[in-house]
This record gives sequence, structure tokens and C-alpha cells, in this order.
Amino acid sequence: MTQGDSPTTSAAPAENISTPGRGNPSRGPALTVKNLSVFFGTHQVLKEVSIDIKACSVTAIIGPSGCGKSTFLRSLNRMHELVPEARMTGEIRLFGDDIYERNIEPVIVRRRVGMVFQKSNPFPTMSIEDNVTVGLRLNGIRDRATLAERTEQSLRSSALWEEVKDRLHKPAISLSGGQQQRLCIARALAVRPEVLLMDEPASALDPIATARIEDLILELKKEFTIVIVTHNMQQAARISDDTAFFYLGELVEYNATKKIFTSPSQKRTEDYVTGRFG
Amino acid sequence: MDLDALKQKLLAMAGHAENAVNRAIEALTTRNYDLAIQVKQDDEIIDRFEIEVDELAIQLLAKAPLASDLRFVTVAMKISQNLERVGDEASKIAKRARDLTKEPPLKLNLELPRMSALALTHLKGALDAFVHRDSAAARALVPRDKEVDLLNKQINLVLTQRMMEDRESIPRCLNLMVVSRSLERIADHAKNVAEEVVFLYEAQDIRHTGKASPPPG
Amino acid sequence: MTVVTNHKWRKAKNMFMQTLTFACAILVVLPLVLVFYHLVVSGIGAINWNFFTQLPKPTGELGGGMANAIVGTFILLGIAACIGVPVGVLGGIYLAEFGSKLNWWVRFAADVVNGVPSITWGMVVYALLVVPLPEPYRGTTGAFDPQSGVLTVTDRSGESHDFTVNDTTRLHLGGDGQLNSLPKGTDVIVKFHRGAGGVSVADSIGSAGWWRVFMAYILHLHNTVSGFSALAGGLVLGLMMIPLVMRTTEEVLHLVPTGYREAALALGISKSRMIVQIVVRTALKGIVTGVLLALARVAGETAPLLFTAFGNQGWMYKVTDPVAALPLQIFSYAISPYDDWHRQAWAGALVLLTMVLVINISVRVMTRDRYQAKG
Repeated sequence: MTQGDSPTTSAAPAENISTPGRGNPSRGPALTVKNLSVFFGTHQVLKEVSIDIKACSVTAIIGPSGCGKSTFLRSLNRMHELVPEARMTGEIRLFGDDIYERNIEPVIVRRRVGMVFQKSNPFPTMSIEDNVTVGLRLNGIRDRATLAERTEQSLRSSALWEEVKDRLHKPAISLSGGQQQRLCIARALAVRPEVLLMDEPASALDPIATARIEDLILELKKEFTIVIVTHNMQQAARISDDTAFFYLGELVEYNATKKIFTSPSQKRTEDYVTGRFG
Repeated sequence: MDLDALKQKLLAMAGHAENAVNRAIEALTTRNYDLAIQVKQDDEIIDRFEIEVDELAIQLLAKAPLASDLRFVTVAMKISQNLERVGDEASKIAKRARDLTKEPPLKLNLELPRMSALALTHLKGALDAFVHRDSAAARALVPRDKEVDLLNKQINLVLTQRMMEDRESIPRCLNLMVVSRSLERIADHAKNVAEEVVFLYEAQDIRHTGKASPPPG
Repeated sequence: MTVVTNHKWRKAKNMFMQTLTFACAILVVLPLVLVFYHLVVSGIGAINWNFFTQLPKPTGELGGGMANAIVGTFILLGIAACIGVPVGVLGGIYLAEFGSKLNWWVRFAADVVNGVPSITWGMVVYALLVVPLPEPYRGTTGAFDPQSGVLTVTDRSGESHDFTVNDTTRLHLGGDGQLNSLPKGTDVIVKFHRGAGGVSVADSIGSAGWWRVFMAYILHLHNTVSGFSALAGGLVLGLMMIPLVMRTTEEVLHLVPTGYREAALALGISKSRMIVQIVVRTALKGIVTGVLLALARVAGETAPLLFTAFGNQGWMYKVTDPVAALPLQIFSYAISPYDDWHRQAWAGALVLLTMVLVINISVRVMTRDRYQAKG
């Protein structure tokens, strides 16, 4: 399968920021997690989680509040380290590379594993195009042609180009909520990550904007691996290929989405999915 | 919970369908003209039930149920369809029973009573398995449908024979053949219900497999 | 009916409280209005072109202006900003972005320092910067005659200086006590002690290591800047600004939502770049506001300037010269016996108050919301 030859990658010059081979599902699982445990001080938030996230697919993470799904997501790009006294044991590999190895800085990991947050947060002091390219510019890429090209690519990938192409220099906060979230997605994509993590990206949006984001995700999975945390099970059922159910810090069940939502194996999963708790 | 309301409605419908078959067979064996008419008229109750069950099911689907709730709603719609057809077949039996009362009884040793008992047993069994969540019992029912099919063939042979020997008996024999076919269809619908019950409680689709062996592992 | 009576009572209570709070609000604004009014009435007479362009006339003569004081205030504020802004802003950034157990102590210290009387600041800077320190003498060779007790040091320009040494036993050099056994060109540091009996040698003389040469340079530098100067005045105002700027910077940075920091880090931007380019940039308006307000606050300080900037009847030509400042000028004119100077003092006060008002108003204008995000 030559997914790597899609238009967005073939036109790009080789740079030190993009890692080759993205977009090829035959490379094996995108992320392999082995016995991941995360502690905040003495409190154990994740307990021996092991899971393989498939490349070029959408994996949904569901579970009630406080089950550790956000912490799990953040451990995939080392963002949980922002919490003081955060500690982890276990191993996480990104296409075979250990992301917690001693001489790997979190900054490098985060360029390969991007993140989109629940509340859209475009930088208020910057214009639309500056927002898109901020990840590139602040990492040393200054060439105007490259930046302009990436801006268009990323905005096209996030289905925002047509709406903003005539006002790229306008402030980013002049966009609507749904547009801002797509802008944040474009911003994350501009750095050419291999995996895109999404923490309830549509929960603050109206249904129409949500539907657009979902369509976008289905498009993006052709090239990127997407892991999405959501508390909306119908959304998980709509867009994900595989689903992982977390409860009280444990991975209770991980299976194909259609199995989880028509006939889960674990009773706890069944109870959660049918709304008996959580 | 609305799922309970759906279940109750379905069970009420099942009761009516079972009742209709019972009474149709009774009208046949006791040559009760009035009962036959009654059964035929009462079929519209079952038809209305099917509409109501489907309406309720669609309302529930709009709430996007998942897992066992989802299976339950889809199974409910299928079972109601089967029950409605059972009611139709009961109605057909009643019609033939009504016609048969107009002529003198046919002196013939038919397995009809046994066949009707079997069909009723299967129907009741499937519905009980639904109520009691007994998917093993439902599985056991599925292959037994062949017994009813066999009986239907036998009865057809006997009746064909009689029709060839006695031309006067042809109208009565034809009626009886229709009754036999209706009973066979009722048993088929009972088998369908049993298969839906297995899907509901085991999440296994055993339709059209020809086997009903338990799942591996 | 009791319901009706309660209603009337509540209404009356409401009315009373409303009037009371309104009166208090007026009471707050009243002093400002009165002061301003009084200043205008008393001072407007002396406000003219001369006031802004001329130097003060010698004692007793009529006329003249406060041009140097006005310029001097600006100079002092400029120097204060150079000291207060970097330290305060960077300190605020540290407190907000790099949390540690130290934070509480730093904030506590800042708050305490805020409460230090301004005259104390003046005294501290006076002792540190204004008063000259005894400077070690740097020379290249030296000769010591133990009999006469005279130490001769030759400096770089070839000049020789003689010093009488009081306590010979404290001289040692390389073990043989002979200063003139040093190779020519070696840097020699001679430290002198200023005591009751004059200057005496206080420390061992030796070939100077780089640390001592460095210290000598520092102390020499101190000597060139010591004395009443604009530098000292600016320093004291700057020091007073630091806690204010630090606190407001920290608060403004705290107001920047964490979401921006997380988003930046998630893009693989390093923490330092994130802080400068994202967080500080977002909070810039607030930081500038804090700086301006701190400047407005220190612009009117008089006591610390008394023995740092000291005042100047003419222009300041070097930053190490004493400089005139509005508060100082107002002070000295106000306590003088001359009516003309009294009027000029009022005018000076009016100008000073106007400056502070202008800064505050422009801060308000700057911080109004320009952009509204669409729903």
C-alpha cells in the first residue's frame, strides 16, 4: 500500500521535522504501549495498560470521568509530564522508537505526535496564517515559500482553506468556534506529525460543526493515525475503527468498534455503553 | 425505561399470537364455526400490535442505543414481524376451519393433532426462551423445525393419496393441506424467533447456517 | 399586613445603603478633585513657556523655569525603567512560569520590600553608590623601603606614587618581602585602608590574580560613578519599581490561559520559546500596563532622591552628574521664603500630577477590549 504518495507528502521537500514513512499502515502498529502505569505523586492514575494502536486508523478511547483516558492520551506525547510529580513506568514505542528513552527530549516526541485540545486555543496575538505556521517558525523554519505552502496544505487538510484563503492575515480569534478548532487542527498538522491525538475535540461545538470535524477525521485517517478521547459514544461508534474502554485507570476492553458497541465481551463495558453507569 | 415498555408490548403481542393459534386449532378440531369467525376478526389486533411495536422501536433507535440495548430493539422488530405472520397463519387456519364446518368431517387418520401440538410447543418454547433469557433452549429449538417439516410432507402425501382415491373429498383435503402448510409456517416463524433470541442473548447470528452448535470457546 | 410593612422597611433600608455607598464613593473622588482644583488655581498662573524652557534663576532672582527638573524627571524614569523593567519582568516570568518552593519566599520578600519606606531606599543607595569606596591601587611594579616605610608603586602610565606604610609586618610578598623583586610589568594590587590615621596598607601585596584585578576594576568603576548622580537616583527608583513590576507581571502571566501553553508545547515548541513568543506576547499589554503604573508611582518620589539625585540648578551633562527632578525642585522651592518660587512650586506640582494622570489614562485606553471573537 503506497499511502505515502498522497498529494500532501509528495510535494514536500525533505526537512528535519518530518519523519519519512508516515501514512503507511504496513509499518506495523503506530504505537505499542506495554505495561504503562502513571503516577501523580503517590496516586496511581493508570494501571499496567498495554495496547497496540494501529496505524492509519482512528482509535477511540472511552470511559467515565476520572478513568484515566486523558492521562493515557497525554502519556502518548509526554504531555503528562507537565503535571508536577508525574512518574511513569512501562514502555511506549512510536513506530518502534522508544519515546521515553533517556536522551530523547519531549520536544522531539511532540513533533511526531501532535495534539488537539477540547477547547480550541488559537493564539490570540497571531493571524490565521501565523497560527498555522507557528510550530514551524518557532522551530527554526523561516523560508517563506515553505511556510506558505505548508499553510495551504494544512488548511486544505483541515477543510478550512476555502473559508479563510482570502483573509489569512486576519486575527485568528475572529473565526467561529468550529473554524477555530479546525484551525487548531491545521496548526497541529502543519508540523507533519505521524500521530494526531485529539482530546474531545468536538465537545464544545454545535452539532453541525461537530459533524464537520467528524468528516474531517475520517478524511485524515487515510494519512495519519488518530487517537481520540470522547465521552460521546455515538461519536466513537461513528468515526472510530477500534475502541478502548478505560475504567478506574485500567484498560478493560480493546476491540473493533463494531464489536464493542454491538456485543462487548466485558460486563463493565456493556454497562458503560448502555448507560447503566458513568 | 422505554426498553421495558417495548418488551411488555412485544410480550402482549406474543400472547395474542399464541392465543390465536390455539383457538384456530380448537376451532378446527371442535368444528366451531363461531370461534373460527372470531379468530379471523381478532387478527387485526395482532396487526395493530406490529405497527405499535415498530413505532416504539423506531423511537428508541433515535436515542442511539448500543450493545445489548441495540440488539434488543432490532430483535424486537424482527420478532414482531414474525408474530404478525403467525397471526396471519392462524387466521388462515381459522378460515379453513370455518369452510370445513360446512361439510361433513373427513374420516382420515392424520397427524394433524400431533403437528399442531408440535408447532404450538415450538412457538411457546421460543417465546419462553425470550422471556427467560434462555438462549440454550432457543438453540435447541432450531433443528427441531425439521420434525414439523417432515410431518407436513407426510400429511401432504396422505392427503394427496386420499384425493386421488376419493374425488368428493378433494375440497376438504385441499383445506386440510392449507392448514398443514400454515402449521409448518408457524413452526418456521417460531424457529426465526428462536434464532433472534440467540442473537439477542449471545450476539451470535445463527440464521441460515443449517447448524445450531454452540459457539467455540 | 406584615408583608407590606416589611416591603416598605426593606425599601427604606435599600435607599439608605445606596445613598451611603454613593456618598462614600464621592468622598473618595473628592480629594483628587480638590487637589487638582487647588493645584490648577494656585499653579496655573506660573505655567508659561518660560516655565518649560528655562533653567531656574539664581536665588532671589525672579523668573526662570523648571525645564531641567522636567527633563530630569524623565531621565530618572528612563534609568529606573532600565533597571526595574528587566529585573521585574524576568522575576515575574520566573514566578509565573517556573514554579518552585522558592516562590512563596520571593513573593513574600517582594511584598516586604514594597513596604520599605522610600527614604530607606535612598539611604541604602546612598551608602552603596554615592559614597566612594576606598579603591585598591593598581600598579605594575612596586618598591618598598622598610626603613623609611615608604612604598612606591608605579602605575601603567609610569607615574609613581608614594605611600607611607604603618605596619610593616603585614607586608609579605612571595616569601622574601621584597616588592622590587617582582618582574617588571606584573600587576600589583595595593589595598588601602581608610582609617583615623590616614591611609594605611591593609592587605598583603602580591602579584595580582585575575580575581583581584577584576575587583579592582569594579571598585575603580565605582569610584568614577560615585557621588550624587542621576544614576543613583535612577537606581533607587528602579529598585522601588522592581517589586511592583514583578507582581503585576506575575499576575498578568497567570491570567494567560493554560490552554495556550499546552497548545504550544504540544506543537513541539521548547519551553523557553513558548514562554517568550506565546505567553509573554499574549500578556504584553498587561505587562506594559504594569510597567507604566509602576513608573507613575515612582515618578513622584521625593525622599529617596534627596541624597541620590540631589538636584541640580543647571543641566545634567553626564549620567554621573547630579540631576534636577520635579519633586526635588518642588520641595526646595516650597520651603523657600520666596513667593515667586512658591508659585513655581505649585506649577511644578501641577505638571507632575498631570504627568501621572496622563499615564493612568493612557493605560486605561490601552487596555480596552478591541477584538470580540465570533460565537
